[in-house]
Amino acid sequence: MSGLSRRQLIGSGVLVVAFSLSRATKGQELDKKPVLAGSLEKSPRLESWIRIDAEGRISVFTGKAELGQGIKTALIQIAADELAVPPARIELITADTRRTPDEGVTAGSRSLSDGGSAILNAAANVRMLLTETAAWRLLTDADKIELRDGAAYAPNGESLGYGELAAMLSLRVEARPDVPRRDKGTRLIGTDLPRVDIPAKVSGGAAYLQDMRLPAMLHARVVRGPSDGTRLKAADVDAVAKMPGIVQVVRDGGFTAVLADQEWRAIKGLRRLQAAGWTRPGVLLPVEDMAEAIRHLPAQDVPIFETPGAPPPPDGKTVKARYARPCLMHGSIGPSCAIALWENGGVTVWTHSQGVYPLRKALAELLRLPADKVRCIHVEGSGCYGHNGADDVAADAALAARAVAGRPVRLQWMREQEHGWEPLGSAMVVELQATLGSDGRIAQWRHDVWSATHSTRPVSAGGLLAGREVEPPFPAQIPRPIPMPEGGGHRNGKPIYVVGNAKGVYHFVEPSPVRVSALRSLGAHMNVFAIESFMDELAKAAGTDPVAFRLAHTVDPRARDVVQAAADRFGWSRRMKGGDGRGCGFGFARYKNLAAYCAVAVEIAIDRDSGEARIPRVVAAVDSGEAVSPDGIRNQIEGAIVQSLSWTLHEAVPFDTTRRTSFDWSGYPILRFDGVPDRLEVHIIDRPRQPFLGTGEAGQGPAAAALANAVADALGTRMRDMPLSPEKLRTVVRKA
Amino acid sequence: MVAAVVALSWRPAIEPIANGVRGFDPSLVAQGESLAFIGNCGGCHTADGGRAFAGGRALPTPFGIVVSTNITPDAETGIGQWSLDAFRRAMRDGIARDGRHLYPAFPYDHFAKASAADIDALYAFFMTRAPVQADAPANWMTPPFGFRPLIAGWNLLFLDQGPVADDPARPADWNRGRALVEGLAHCGACHTPRNALGAEQRDNAYDGAWTEGWYAPPLNAKSPAVQPWTAEALFAYLRTGVSKSHAAAAGPMARVTRALAQAREDEVRAIAVYVASLMADAPAARGAPPSATKDNAVDAAHPEAAVLFAGACAGCHEPGAPMMLAGGPPLVWGTPLQEDTPHNAIQIVLYGLLPPAGRAGPTMPGYGESLSDRQIADITAYLRARYTDKPPWPSVEQAVARIRKEKGE
Amino acid sequence: MISLTVNGTTHQTEADPDTPLLYVLRNDLGLNGAKFGCGLGQCGACTVLIDDKPVFSCLLPIAALSGRKIRTIEGLGTGDKPGPLPAAFEAEQAAQCGYCIAGMIMRAQALLERNNRPTETELRAHMATNLCRCGTHMRILRAVRRAAIVMGGGVRGDPQSAL
Repeated sequence: MSGLSRRQLIGSGVLVVAFSLSRATKGQELDKKPVLAGSLEKSPRLESWIRIDAEGRISVFTGKAELGQGIKTALIQIAADELAVPPARIELITADTRRTPDEGVTAGSRSLSDGGSAILNAAANVRMLLTETAAWRLLTDADKIELRDGAAYAPNGESLGYGELAAMLSLRVEARPDVPRRDKGTRLIGTDLPRVDIPAKVSGGAAYLQDMRLPAMLHARVVRGPSDGTRLKAADVDAVAKMPGIVQVVRDGGFTAVLADQEWRAIKGLRRLQAAGWTRPGVLLPVEDMAEAIRHLPAQDVPIFETPGAPPPPDGKTVKARYARPCLMHGSIGPSCAIALWENGGVTVWTHSQGVYPLRKALAELLRLPADKVRCIHVEGSGCYGHNGADDVAADAALAARAVAGRPVRLQWMREQEHGWEPLGSAMVVELQATLGSDGRIAQWRHDVWSATHSTRPVSAGGLLAGREVEPPFPAQIPRPIPMPEGGGHRNGKPIYVVGNAKGVYHFVEPSPVRVSALRSLGAHMNVFAIESFMDELAKAAGTDPVAFRLAHTVDPRARDVVQAAADRFGWSRRMKGGDGRGCGFGFARYKNLAAYCAVAVEIAIDRDSGEARIPRVVAAVDSGEAVSPDGIRNQIEGAIVQSLSWTLHEAVPFDTTRRTSFDWSGYPILRFDGVPDRLEVHIIDRPRQPFLGTGEAGQGPAAAALANAVADALGTRMRDMPLSPEKLRTVVRKA
Repeated sequence: MVAAVVALSWRPAIEPIANGVRGFDPSLVAQGESLAFIGNCGGCHTADGGRAFAGGRALPTPFGIVVSTNITPDAETGIGQWSLDAFRRAMRDGIARDGRHLYPAFPYDHFAKASAADIDALYAFFMTRAPVQADAPANWMTPPFGFRPLIAGWNLLFLDQGPVADDPARPADWNRGRALVEGLAHCGACHTPRNALGAEQRDNAYDGAWTEGWYAPPLNAKSPAVQPWTAEALFAYLRTGVSKSHAAAAGPMARVTRALAQAREDEVRAIAVYVASLMADAPAARGAPPSATKDNAVDAAHPEAAVLFAGACAGCHEPGAPMMLAGGPPLVWGTPLQEDTPHNAIQIVLYGLLPPAGRAGPTMPGYGESLSDRQIADITAYLRARYTDKPPWPSVEQAVARIRKEKGE
Repeated sequence: MISLTVNGTTHQTEADPDTPLLYVLRNDLGLNGAKFGCGLGQCGACTVLIDDKPVFSCLLPIAALSGRKIRTIEGLGTGDKPGPLPAAFEAEQAAQCGYCIAGMIMRAQALLERNNRPTETELRAHMATNLCRCGTHMRILRAVRRAAIVMGGGVRGDPQSAL
């Protein structure tokens, strides 16, 4: 490296290091625009991301949150890699409105692409500064400095620790784009660093928000009707307030919470209040088939894509199909929880919300406080798969705690409250139509998808349940479609395949009859299920092998590699002939058409008498760009596949005209150990130096489709309505 | 006499059919499938974790252990070589294709009342199942009951032949219900007490009886149910495994309701109509109101059990609990607590209720691993005192211990 | 005042006698392992061992526990010297959110203490009582198989699914 200017002391003695970048970057192959990577764009100052104290301890700040996806470990790997320190030297501080950058919501599988690349580049900048400063102080060239173990070494062996170096420079500078990544020394990125959060989780250590215990903490329960749309009848609050240990029953309009000195006493108070019964004040629900209802409710048309092309041949084979899914639950094992503490005219809320900054804004409005008087700190809750009850319970806790300023209040939702009130994944319908040309390729394609919104994330008080219960209630949020290229119900509505003259339209249903919001992969689960099932139907019409058919329509080389890898590892070309209850299926998508690529192959065996499906084998291939933690990727894809198999085989939120009728697992069964596959393999195609691609949600759609295609292969009948439950499978088997 | 019995008992073999039978009308097969659920054939002929209808389930009887046979259409080990005549003879007379007598653990005394059309439909169903090669283990009968020709004598005494004629004064669904209940559904096989020779006591039809350690309660005027068993309530119970005005099905009845959930709806309704009519004179139907709970007095009399209930049971069973807000039946309406025996209540507390994997359904954890015999007995006695007007059950703790012993714990 | 023996140590608690063990373990004794997942005996996140049997601590009032031996995950070794199951779960990185894991470990502990050579089918049937929503099942099974070997046994099953 040459051409670096010498330094000058400026002004008060604070060193400002200027360095030029005469070399072409060898770093991330980002586009060549001088834009800062990921979230750096919004928070360009280095000290927002990295601080080094006088003892050389490194703090790394991220606005992203640990949801159980291993992001804490991955970010530590990235920072430690770039700064050439052992991972144990990094303290990672996650999403805290007082301390970390605003990275919006930890969602959309953007943690590594936005958060990871920001930290990577910030750390690269800091490394450059440390190197420069060391070179100046040690009287050598920057390219002769070796960084090792938290210190900088000159060729003559002299060294300076990061603490000393940090005292000589300021990180209150903006990051420079295109700073090259470290190119020598051992690498952590690409290794399976053991997760930093697992040791506590297997030994009873404090690992979750639910494990927090603060001095003088009270326990609370919020009191509501059993389900979204219901309301509790008036209860004998005075009798409950007199129960042993009940500190107070907090009320504000329709919002009610009971506070107690012991958790069990709060629960008993809750039960007593709920014994009053409930009503449904509003419009009744369409019961029979929520997807069918969505298909016919008022909708606004949003274009997804339009690709002009030649009109299809009039004698081409046309295939049409309609696919559907019911409402789905997040169903996290640990119901939502929050702790709130009012002091000094403000409130601190410990929350597992995916977005502490938007939550803070909504809470500030709800509590009529200036934003800087509200602090939201993310603490890990149980598995988060989207917009669940976390934001609502944060508001519930804040309102409950307001009545006992100075004492922290821990408010825990009950299992039935999570079942009854968490926002659901919308029921959806997809109608597809395509025509094959004489060459057997797709010449025309039309995709229509109906769905209610996939985001009601609170950005104002009216987006919180409590915001609609207090007196006066805050105005309801009006959902709008999430714009492409990310999309909501239309996420992955555009096929990755080359399909000639094509068009896609999203019919955005608003208002929704039931409470819905973001659930892992949003519309991609349904759209990919539909598109990939449809590709099989087209392949059958064309008389072509399903995998060959996909490859014939795919130009993206990385997509082709993933498809081929999954097919090869599965032994697709040698697979059994489908029939008599046994079969194989394939599914593929690139999440959002810009994140990770994932292909899944499934083998299924359906018992003719019970309709029970056994899954002997699942093989997946994934390309996430540069793999920061290969095991982290495997873990996420395994989990996505098993969860998607559960959704697709079993799950549907049941309703009657007044409410959701499932209030616990007995009414909403999910896949258990006796139903998971016998074998599940995930193969990673690593792309070093390529941008990190979001992976957490990439498996939902392909797994669902592979399953549906395997069922069609096994039974000779195409099933298009999720869930592909044992009852439905049995009915199909019987007809065969 | 023995010679006469032996002479009576000899039955010829019926010629085996070669190459199986083909070409059944799909609607006949579908009807047969519904009837197979009504008869709950799989309940005996499918072992736990075994292939459908391949036999191998051991059925304890007072006379020994009878093991169910393979009734898949496998040629060697199943009924693949059985003609329609052979099948009919087995269903009506209890005679296998090769002429051997079948034990009346196979309730042919009921199936004898099924119509020819129903038996034909069942044949069509069974002959189109997946053949499974599986030899069921041999029976293990207490001597002399291993000597099959003795069954001929039993048949002479207890086997009535032929379907019951319709009662023209009754509507069609009642008649169909009766034909099914007395016939294929064989409800009396569990709900009617038996004599020393193991035959149902016709004079005490539906007075209640024991099966597999569970008490099948009376289905007549002696029904102890607190709320009336209307046809609607019975249909919901038989179809979903729970009645909101009674309780969830437990023990062998839970398996029956899971089978009935898959039978034709109109046939299950017919069963409900008929059985409801049998209970038209029960106290509940005559309008005797259910008692209120007596919380405070009972709690004071059973302080330890009240504490156990509050911690272990109230989360589902008390008025503000989510199951109750969802319309679950309150314990005060449940039949198990009203019965003269605590056995059903004890077993529900010990083992809970679980739907099959991946299905929705009434769910309750068992407490056998977490509570002692004494604690289970205390809770059960408390429930009896709190939710009924009946006298306390005697010897509950001994009953708990005996039940655990019988289950091999 | 109620006496509870947890992981070999006897504690006194003033919690109400009908309080389920789960809340006393967590709030009074500061033991984080057993978790609240449903309070209805359906998910197993609260699983602990009582006299070596796996039970739902969310439905077990402390008044019922006099003289019983209560064991939680905190009793299966420490961070430095973990027992075979916690060590195996760590080695297999068998967790995503990890909320269900302590319950899974206790459920598995009960099985392997009773029978350290279960079949794969027995293993899956035994573990089916506990729910995992993140889809970590495959790793959980691998971890239990691994621990079974360390405990002197091993899971018998088709070779394809064994370790």
